[in-house]
Amino acid sequence: MESETQNPNPKASKVETKPKMDSKDQSFKLQANNVDVFYGDFQAIKNISLDILERSITAFIGPSGCGKSTFLRLFNRMNDYIDGFHMEGEISLDKQDIYDPSIKVEELRKTVGMVFQKPNPFPKSIYENVAYGLRIQGIKDEDFIEKRVVESLKQATLFSEIKDDLDKQALALSGGQQQRLCIARALAVKPSVLLMDEPTSALDPISSGKIEDLVHELKKNYTIVIVTHNMQQAGRVSDNTAFLYMGELIEYGDTQKIFTNPEKDRTQNYITGRFG
Amino acid sequence: MNKVNTSRFKDKAFRRLGMVVTVSCLLILAVFVGFVLYMGLDRLSWEFLMSLPSRFADQSGIYTAWIGSIWVLVLTTLISFPLGVGAGIYLEEYGKKNKLATFLEINIANLAGVPSIIYGLLGLEVFVRIMQMGNSILAGALTLALLILPIIIVSTRESLRAVPSSIRDASNALGASKWQTIWNQVLPASFGGILTGVILALSRAVGETAPLIVVGALAYVPFAPRGPLDEFTVLPIQIFNWVSRPQHEFVINAAAAIIVLLLITFVMNGIAVYLRNRWQSKMKW
Amino acid sequence: MRVKEKIIEKVLAACALVTVLTTLGIILILAVEAFVFFQDVSILEFLTSTQWTPLFTEKNYGILPLLSGTALTTLIAITVALPVGLTIAVYLNEYAHERVRKVLKPMLEILAVVPTVVYGFFALMIVTPFLKTFIPGLAGFNALSPGIVMGIMIIPFVSSLSEDALSSVPNSLRQASFGMGSTKFQTAFRVMVPAASSGIIVSAILAISRAIGETMIVAIAAGQQPRFTFDPTVPIETITAYIVQVSMGDVPYGSIAYKTIFAAGITLFIFTFILNNISYWIKTKYQEKYE
Repeated sequence: MESETQNPNPKASKVETKPKMDSKDQSFKLQANNVDVFYGDFQAIKNISLDILERSITAFIGPSGCGKSTFLRLFNRMNDYIDGFHMEGEISLDKQDIYDPSIKVEELRKTVGMVFQKPNPFPKSIYENVAYGLRIQGIKDEDFIEKRVVESLKQATLFSEIKDDLDKQALALSGGQQQRLCIARALAVKPSVLLMDEPTSALDPISSGKIEDLVHELKKNYTIVIVTHNMQQAGRVSDNTAFLYMGELIEYGDTQKIFTNPEKDRTQNYITGRFG
Repeated sequence: MNKVNTSRFKDKAFRRLGMVVTVSCLLILAVFVGFVLYMGLDRLSWEFLMSLPSRFADQSGIYTAWIGSIWVLVLTTLISFPLGVGAGIYLEEYGKKNKLATFLEINIANLAGVPSIIYGLLGLEVFVRIMQMGNSILAGALTLALLILPIIIVSTRESLRAVPSSIRDASNALGASKWQTIWNQVLPASFGGILTGVILALSRAVGETAPLIVVGALAYVPFAPRGPLDEFTVLPIQIFNWVSRPQHEFVINAAAAIIVLLLITFVMNGIAVYLRNRWQSKMKW
Repeated sequence: MRVKEKIIEKVLAACALVTVLTTLGIILILAVEAFVFFQDVSILEFLTSTQWTPLFTEKNYGILPLLSGTALTTLIAITVALPVGLTIAVYLNEYAHERVRKVLKPMLEILAVVPTVVYGFFALMIVTPFLKTFIPGLAGFNALSPGIVMGIMIIPFVSSLSEDALSSVPNSLRQASFGMGSTKFQTAFRVMVPAASSGIIVSAILAISRAIGETMIVAIAAGQQPRFTFDPTVPIETITAYIVQVSMGDVPYGSIAYKTIFAAGITLFIFTFILNNISYWIKTKYQEKYE
């Protein structure tokens, strides 16, 4: 621990950023290179580099305020709206720098979907919630939209529960259903990446279980990054895990290994519940 | 009496006092309104509403006045609604937290406190003289629009602020542009609140007298206006004119016209309160 | 797409800019017209003469009579509105049951929505005759009656702003006071009112500013006789009522009488501008304190 923080050259202590790959030849979907994030004078992310495999589930864990949500929101540029936000380094999606001025944020977000901590359906009908992403793209073909809505709701394992109530207010659904609706809404625009910011923290255990099953199912087609403060959840659902602490990436690698045999003491301490 | 008893007594006495004072205020209002009804209700008739003004009190009506008021109200709405809501959206959704934003905020707070008659002077110089609109409905409506603009902006901002940011996040994360998010999500969710503020502001405009006198609305207009550049009068000015007459018959006319003006004001406020309650119960996420 | 977004932002910014132009316009026209006025009339006379007779053959341009009229009616209004408004605020916030409060508060708001011309009618037709029954020397037009009515009009203004200030005081303070055995009265006046004092001061300043700028009540019921006096029983004229008086007549553009309304206007504007800014300043300081 001492040697880490007092190392004069932070780059030298750079954490191993390539997760142990499976035998299958997956490529890197998202890559972060020497990323620093500042809010005004406060540095929220300190020189993080990390690569995320395609069609895998990567979990970000760490105590609250460690920067894991901030880091997640870099991948669809949701931090852009925050006053005083400033980033250095590079983040790329399919090898393309997403902070390049030529990138249209709106286009990026159609590829990188997001699900939030608290279910946040629009105060509209279930159908219109899912259709919204398509409508703002200017799609008018109602048959196409309906097909996509149904397909997305099925993917989110919500369709069977609400198939007769598509015109009902989304806010009338239960919390767990609302969150699955939000997932369906994100899927409807056919993203290839799904960012999930503590998606089950506002839900009861049963609803959480359903979301976890769903996430596991979605892995076949999507690259998923999930922020969680729930260690068991990270252990259950993710392939790789990154442990962040005070804006730094402490350790990143295969979930099994992080949970059973972490390299760093701090990771060990956090996972065994000694702090955080 | 010992100390504890004294303070208990004070406590009870103040409860009584507070009750009495509050209810007295309402009673005074009731007496005022009752007096106007007693004095003017008999004078109120279809004929009174549809007659042109006259030298003779018993032949005089408020036709030109309420037609003028409606003209002014419609034009004021058309001008102030887009301007005020637009400015509110800009300040709340686009504005950054910098010196300029602080300046704009102080400026609007200041404008809200400028006496209405000063707006009259502004209108007289800018719209009547410089833009040469004369003593027209348009000049009056523009003046009133500027007068109620701060009210509309402030209430628009409050309504927008009441929309949870999670809704904006959800829309942005789906690839919506800033304006798409505002237009499709934020405005529909806040519209009830915005509308409430606009109606309250307009109900104030309907009762305004002084700025319109200054921009040259006339006390005596023989014909109802036909277009926005016509000369005009409005209900409050008609009332002011009649109140100032020594003859008792004209004062009765004033009372009858006041009943009409109060009715318009109360109905507008009632609608606003109803909309606000409905919107607030809908806004529970 | 991006171009459309930019255009929309520009249009919205232009809407916001209107407010700045309004302020600039007000300051500019008042300053220019007042400047022209002071080419003809010395500032010294304007500020020290106790005669205001621009519409007479023998012209005097002393603002003091209009100022005294404004000060007098404002003082009377505040004397009514402040204690009553504050009493109501404390009663509703500290004593009244939630159900009572929910009924009384919106009813009080009605006082604030009645048009001022209607209040002028009340002052002239009801309050003046009523006051005459026990003040025999009271003139038909006077400062007392419109002052009182103006006070009634701004009661909800004072009470709702003070109530906001009281309810933003942390509840823990109230609990602490009760915990030491205080009565509601002691809690209200020794803990809550002092803690909310800045907000209450803001409400008082804004009420004064409102009263200074109020026009129709005084135009109808106070008379049109500029008089340097603090006697509330005789006819007077306020700055605002003078502007109305001139506007009702046919005053040619560019005449000295026309310019006087701008000289009067800038005087009025300066007073309200200073008061509004003081209140804004206190308000921002006070918000910082509780956030």
